[in-house]
Amino acid sequence: MLTRAYQHSLRGSHLPAGRPVLEVDHVSLRFGGVKALTDVTFTVTEGHVHAVIGPNGAGKSSLLNCISGLYHPQEGEIRLHTADPPGPDGSPGQERVHRLTSLPPYKIARLGVARSFQNIELFAHMTVLENLMLGRHIHMRHSVWRSMLWLGPARRQEIRHRHLVEEVIDLLELQAFRHKPVGSLAYGIQKRVELGRALCLQPALLLLDEPMAGMNAEEKEDMARYILDVHELAGVSVVLIEHDMNVVMDISNRVSVLDFGRLIADGTPDEVKADPAVVEAYLGAEEEDAEVREALRTLEQLGTHDEAEGNRG
Amino acid sequence: MADTTVRDRSATGVDDTPSAQSTFPRLLRGLARQRPDDVAMQEKRYGIWQPLTWSAYLARVRDFAHGLASLGVQRGEIIAVLGDNRPEWLIAELAAQSIGAAVVGIYPTSIGEELRHILTTSRARVVVAEDQEQVDKLLRLRDEWDRQAGEEPLLVERVVFYDPHGLEQYDDPWLLDFTDLEARGREWGEGHPGWFDEQVDRTTPDDIAVICTTSGTTSKPKLGELSHANLLSMADHLTQVDPIGPKDRYVSFLPFAWIGEQMLAVACGLSRGLTISFPEDSATQKTDLREIGPDVMFSPPRIWESMLSEVQVRIDEAGWLKRRLFGWGYDIGDKVASLRVTGRKPGPWLRFLHLVADQVATRPVRDQLGLARIKRCYTGGAPLGPDVFRFFHAIGVNLKQIYGQTEICGIAVVHRDDDIAFHTVGTPIPGTELRISDDGEILLRSASVFRGYHRNPEATREAVDPDGWLHTGDAGYLDEGTGHLVVIDRQKDVLTAPDGTRYSSAFIENKLKFSPYVEEAVTFAPEVIGQGMTAMITIDPATVGSWAEHERLGYTTYTDLAGKPEVYDLLAEEITRANEDLPETIRVQRFVLLHKQLDPDDDEITRTRKVRRNVIAERYADIIAALRAGREDVTITSRITYQDGTTVDRELTLKIFDLTTYEIPKDRGRRPVWSGRR
Repeated sequence: MLTRAYQHSLRGSHLPAGRPVLEVDHVSLRFGGVKALTDVTFTVTEGHVHAVIGPNGAGKSSLLNCISGLYHPQEGEIRLHTADPPGPDGSPGQERVHRLTSLPPYKIARLGVARSFQNIELFAHMTVLENLMLGRHIHMRHSVWRSMLWLGPARRQEIRHRHLVEEVIDLLELQAFRHKPVGSLAYGIQKRVELGRALCLQPALLLLDEPMAGMNAEEKEDMARYILDVHELAGVSVVLIEHDMNVVMDISNRVSVLDFGRLIADGTPDEVKADPAVVEAYLGAEEEDAEVREALRTLEQLGTHDEAEGNRG
Repeated sequence: MADTTVRDRSATGVDDTPSAQSTFPRLLRGLARQRPDDVAMQEKRYGIWQPLTWSAYLARVRDFAHGLASLGVQRGEIIAVLGDNRPEWLIAELAAQSIGAAVVGIYPTSIGEELRHILTTSRARVVVAEDQEQVDKLLRLRDEWDRQAGEEPLLVERVVFYDPHGLEQYDDPWLLDFTDLEARGREWGEGHPGWFDEQVDRTTPDDIAVICTTSGTTSKPKLGELSHANLLSMADHLTQVDPIGPKDRYVSFLPFAWIGEQMLAVACGLSRGLTISFPEDSATQKTDLREIGPDVMFSPPRIWESMLSEVQVRIDEAGWLKRRLFGWGYDIGDKVASLRVTGRKPGPWLRFLHLVADQVATRPVRDQLGLARIKRCYTGGAPLGPDVFRFFHAIGVNLKQIYGQTEICGIAVVHRDDDIAFHTVGTPIPGTELRISDDGEILLRSASVFRGYHRNPEATREAVDPDGWLHTGDAGYLDEGTGHLVVIDRQKDVLTAPDGTRYSSAFIENKLKFSPYVEEAVTFAPEVIGQGMTAMITIDPATVGSWAEHERLGYTTYTDLAGKPEVYDLLAEEITRANEDLPETIRVQRFVLLHKQLDPDDDEITRTRKVRRNVIAERYADIIAALRAGREDVTITSRITYQDGTTVDRELTLKIFDLTTYEIPKDRGRRPVWSGRR
């Protein structure tokens, strides 16, 4: 093979771009008396980076857990749209709708919903390569016995999957860590491995839970670059939870804002930035703000006054 | 005449070696015929060494050559290659040479003015670029050039890229995928059967094969034209001294734009049929090097120095037993090495001890460095500290100094296996004449002296006189004891101390730089006699950082670390030790630790890490003046340029340390070469 271009598409979806891929429909989630999510509704479009933002405790991770099936909301429904591969004559495949709210997590994963976790959930004693190969599990077709005997078909399957995994390693520049146990790697690298494992699934929808949490500015830039690469090169639809407003505004097509479990805004980054409700959720109410500004101004005046006096003396 | 001429006995003037009459494309064709299924090169991709046989190599070269022809590349043209070392680099090079064109290599880190200068001077119409990064640079260059009239035009018509990642969405008609061009070439070739072989037959040894840029510490890089005959006669002469065979392995990780890499990977590679391996990524270079275990290697001093610092750091982290054991083994290795380099043999007892010491102490270190199989390795391009040299010989690595320049295909003088002196560069290779001119300049003459600078006849006339002697611009002399050549420095940088000693700043700087803690040193001569030398030092963050860790010294940034009084004390001791090896008149009396490392992006240092003294003199004029005036500190404003082009100004006070009143505390033992600890 001469070309250096990737041979595998990381996109697992066959839906045409622009169609809704995920519908969150009036979802409410309660833990006893605590309302984590209240009546949340939005739609993720195929081919978009869709960000979900909000202050701490707004319910972002709970929402993601509902989508991936770890939590089951008491009310509402989450629907995933998929399409079968196009026919040999190029005719579009049969489209299907799945109610995720009634499926267990492993079945949701089989539908092509891949995710990363905020707190890294990798097998710390396994190597990067092994962790990534694990991401291929839904595509592995051979039984345990055949794989253990390492028969021809099992072996060929593994080689085929390894090829895709190696392309992910190349894309995320993990070559130097391929055979290192994940537990021994730096935090930023582990985050990258998490993204890689999710990608190895060839996701129809990629859920990323704070992929940039705890990183410095440079690592964030790198991560944003990788996410954009994944999105632009592979065309994977991404639902991204993030804390850092600036990063989100730069890389997403659409933003939903949660505050205390409610959806308070949903739109393009520019619309959301201008939304007073969002400003309030992030910066506090306007009146409080005015008071703070007033106090600051007073302080500043005092400061310059002192300085002037100091100079005189 | 006071000239001394050294001529190797085997130099007969007539070249009867076979490959010098050939050209690279013909050699490749020969190898593809003789050893079609042997591995010519291998690249680690996707975690596996992926081989390319000689016949497949030739087939790709043929396709690409056809592709170039379909783009209208003519004989005598030059194509530029801009990228890291990959098989495609060599395929492009050989393809260009096959159709009588030449190739100019550009350092992948080149930017802006430098890049444009090379492209406009070479009048390249086709550029082979590696990836999105390089393509973006070229696109920006094109857009910028359009706005500046009156400059020499940029003639680039096509950019061929070989790593398409990230370029999927580019639809600029300028761009073309490498494999697409190969496919196009294959098609074109079907319409022109026999054309390629005809073209290869038409290549002559005097065609320009490669254009190498000179590192240009003083001005814009000059483009030295090297013919097939130049490079191949060099390869023949070098391999007469140090045989290289088809079973030998070579790892290519230094830029192909550098003559050293062309010299071994291309010239020796094709004339002797070496297998070349390309590491997967710059981050995996060390492990890949170790996996391959090359037989031959040529690296500039910084690679050897960084290997030594790596060993130092790791040994310092080891337990006391390992440290003791290594210390014991090292001393025995050192004894044996000092005998071997002068052609003597150790006695039976020492030989036995060495066998044990090698197994338990030095061989593992060699193995860790990827030098377990090495037969010979070379250093060149800049002087290497004698102690670094000694270290490698002590651990059993046959490291030899090369002296040469781009203008003489990179090598003219080299150590012989049994005749190595750490302060010299050795004796001329066969077929090379060496002479010291009346004013102390080194002159060289051989079949490898280059054709001239591309489109710069004045500079060529300055470099090569009518008798064919290459004026190297270096000052040197022949060592009386060994008969080896000793290089002092660039002729114009050589100074005379008040007592008449000829020396150069670099001579002192190298003494200072041998300390593992010193990354770069720039010394300044006093303006008034008797004031002593002064130095500006940048510390090595890895070794000083690990030392600080060991001393439980907290620090945040490089600037913070370099400003610590403890670090000043550490460096004061190191410099005082270095001073002991220097004549009284040229000892360093005051020094300052610079707040930043020297950076090629700031033009302070070349891409091959040679300090640009004129830039330093201008940029740090305040510091230099304060050093000379003997002040205690100096306040400067430093401007930092970030990689995105924004700048920020900061004010900083740097301390100047006076060594005249400093004495090393008596209880401090001397640090062994292989350790960063006292």
